[in-house]
Amino acid sequence: MGRYVIRRLLQMIPVFIGSTFLIFFMVYALGDPVAALFGEKAPDPATVARIRHDLYLDKPLWQQYVHYMGQIFRGDFGTAFNGQPVIELMASAFPVTLRLTLVAIVIEMIIGIVLGVFSGLRRGRSLDTSVLVFTLVVVSIPTFVSGYVLQFLFGVKWAWVKPSVSTDAPLDELLLPGVVLALVSLAYVTRLTRTSLAENARADYVRTAVAKGLPRHRVISRHLLRNSLIPVVTFIGTDIGALMGGAIVTERIFNIHGVGFQLYQGILRQNSPTVVGFVTILVLVFLVANLLVDLLYAVLDPRIRYA
Amino acid sequence: MRRGAMHAKWAVCAVTVALVATACGGGGGGDSAGVISASWGDPQNPLEPANTNEVQGGKVLEMIFRGLKKYNPKTAAAENVVAEKITTEDSQNYTVTLKDGWTFSNGEKVTAKSFVDAWNYGALLDNKQKNASFFQYIEGFEKVHPEKGMPTAKTMSGLVVKDDKTFTVKLNQKFSTWPEMLGYSAFMPLPQAFFTDHDAWLKKPIGNGPYVVESYTKGSAMKLRKWEKYPGPDKAKNGGIDLRVYTDNNTAYTDLQAGNLDLVDDVPAAQLMNVKADLGDRYINQPAGIIQTLTFPMYQPAWGGPGKEKLRRGVSMAINREEITKEIFQNTRTPATDWTSPVLKEDGGYKEGLCGEACEFNPGKAKQLIEEGGGIPGGKMTLAYNADTGSHKTWIDAICNSINKTLDSDNACVGAPFGTFADFRNKITAKQMTGPFRAGWQMDYPLIQNFLQPLYYTNASSNDGKFSNATFDKLVDEANAETDVGEAVSMFQDAEKVLAAQMPAIPLWYQNGSGGYSDRIGDVMLNPFSVPVYNEITVS
Repeated sequence: MGRYVIRRLLQMIPVFIGSTFLIFFMVYALGDPVAALFGEKAPDPATVARIRHDLYLDKPLWQQYVHYMGQIFRGDFGTAFNGQPVIELMASAFPVTLRLTLVAIVIEMIIGIVLGVFSGLRRGRSLDTSVLVFTLVVVSIPTFVSGYVLQFLFGVKWAWVKPSVSTDAPLDELLLPGVVLALVSLAYVTRLTRTSLAENARADYVRTAVAKGLPRHRVISRHLLRNSLIPVVTFIGTDIGALMGGAIVTERIFNIHGVGFQLYQGILRQNSPTVVGFVTILVLVFLVANLLVDLLYAVLDPRIRYA
Repeated sequence: MRRGAMHAKWAVCAVTVALVATACGGGGGGDSAGVISASWGDPQNPLEPANTNEVQGGKVLEMIFRGLKKYNPKTAAAENVVAEKITTEDSQNYTVTLKDGWTFSNGEKVTAKSFVDAWNYGALLDNKQKNASFFQYIEGFEKVHPEKGMPTAKTMSGLVVKDDKTFTVKLNQKFSTWPEMLGYSAFMPLPQAFFTDHDAWLKKPIGNGPYVVESYTKGSAMKLRKWEKYPGPDKAKNGGIDLRVYTDNNTAYTDLQAGNLDLVDDVPAAQLMNVKADLGDRYINQPAGIIQTLTFPMYQPAWGGPGKEKLRRGVSMAINREEITKEIFQNTRTPATDWTSPVLKEDGGYKEGLCGEACEFNPGKAKQLIEEGGGIPGGKMTLAYNADTGSHKTWIDAICNSINKTLDSDNACVGAPFGTFADFRNKITAKQMTGPFRAGWQMDYPLIQNFLQPLYYTNASSNDGKFSNATFDKLVDEANAETDVGEAVSMFQDAEKVLAAQMPAIPLWYQNGSGGYSDRIGDVMLNPFSVPVYNEITVS
């Protein structure tokens, strides 16, 4: 088990290097960012030359990349154009987004799995149909629509919550944005759970468990649900990464100063240290989340072993 | 079972790590009385006076600094603040005398040295200040900021400190309206703390204005509080300002509606339809010192060659400014009839109708002129713009529509979007534009000179279209040398008439500042730069 984890961690290194290079290359391909720093004014060539030199932009791409990676291994993610070290931006942005993601994941897990279980067990009945219709509606509404609508209803019309999240982004303020962020995935979790449950309900081991005379709740929770959750866990695991990176829309609507906000700013201003740094961390999050998912399989199904 | 438990342990460990990492944050600041919350955008550059070239950083500098002069928020006139007097006999050698009693908020006195040091810092190439070119008229600038290579001096020879209260400035050319520039934020004084502990200063800037910075969380908020000992006449009428960074002006507007924010200075375009119903009198829509133009690439023979002025004037006359400003901008833009801005007022050089018939919508004449000018090059023109911010697509499409209708053609004109502003600017600077492109000019200081010289003088810093005209240059030179301000202004207007004949850039419209505020605050107005005059705002 321990060896498996170590091997997986080692495998992350080439993935990490490859993906950072790709991102670096893509941001670089967007063009020279320095001109935009001067707004509508033509940049003064002497100052531009100095800034480019300081940012290492006057070197060939591969040298820039080597220099950048060298910096990263020393724990230095470079400096954003406003003079702030990227690592500081990360320290302020990642906790906020992680909190938002956790809120979303918890909502998605609890509501999604509960709805999925209920509709899976009552397949074809009216509850099942209404859950299916509900998830279909949720999936077809884009996040920015549901975001603005819920923000307007809860924040302005009924004034139950503040429409925007304050700088510290405490958990209670993140509830509404969390729901918005979770909505689409929630529908997928519901549908996955439902289908998986419905399939397994006819499996031999469930029949055996029922025949043994086990109480219904025990059959469902220990036997049926546990086996049915494997695809759901896979989905939720990869969703962690997707939610963190995809929070751009939600964070913008609710003015949350997290990863999405910084990435958006970084891309808008072609701030390569910010973009590459943040995406690098997101890549790591994705990799770790995937590892966690693989480990969770064994928890759910003891037959799965790692070596 | 046992293995299951062990797997669970591994998983729980990993999740715990993730949870611990998020358990930080918390600890908000308490609200104090009379504090106003206002929307803000993340400043693009570190907050140094000579390094701030955009509105968001400029807002803060306006609150925490007072320079030699300040632009009157109503009339835009440059009035002495820290300066007692600025005198000259030849429009080239200036003597600046300071008033008594001015200090920085850390107690340090504002002296002649505070200015001279700050200006030398701003001009020195090593400091990479984005506004360095504002010091280019001071003698010795080319030594501290050479076009190539290393600086050969640390300070400009044209700046001499006489005593605590006096310094002299020698310019490298005659420039009669030069003192009027001095209200611009690049010319603010700096305390010694700026030079001795630069990092600390950037984290919490110290100035001599009506507000002091209480805390600054980069990228999200700045808390400014009234400086009780502020020596100037324009003390803050409120307890302080909390600036909150919004990435989306829609969210700021929603916050205002929900009573979560007091002041927005940028009403989103989508809300312009119902802003009057939402806010009533608390909606501000007033002219700002911003003009939008379509600039021609004069380096392309198809557009800038001899005899092409007819073509350029024709294109200008094919644009229905009235309709576009009304339908698309809901009257938050005013059709332009000259190359300056109404905020300059008559005395400052604004002249309504100077552009004449070339800026009036006249499809018949437009078609005729375009034909006489050789027709649209290649039968098809593109209007370049950046698509990442500012929703430029809508009005670019409307202009094209107007041109296409005039020419009875479906695709004589199409928009050409650029993905990012940086890319757009790069292509412009590299002279790679093939057709007209959008340009916006926000004045640095309210002078007609600032609307003409940087944009249309041969090889000037922001002459994006590379327009060059000997008569225009000569008139600008003469205007700068003229000591009588009234005379100078009228010469600048003569130069502007050259633009009307040549049309190197089509004036489209003057941009208004728009804002809205909650019923908790009053006396809100925007200055000519469309920035709220924060210190005048009262709290009920």
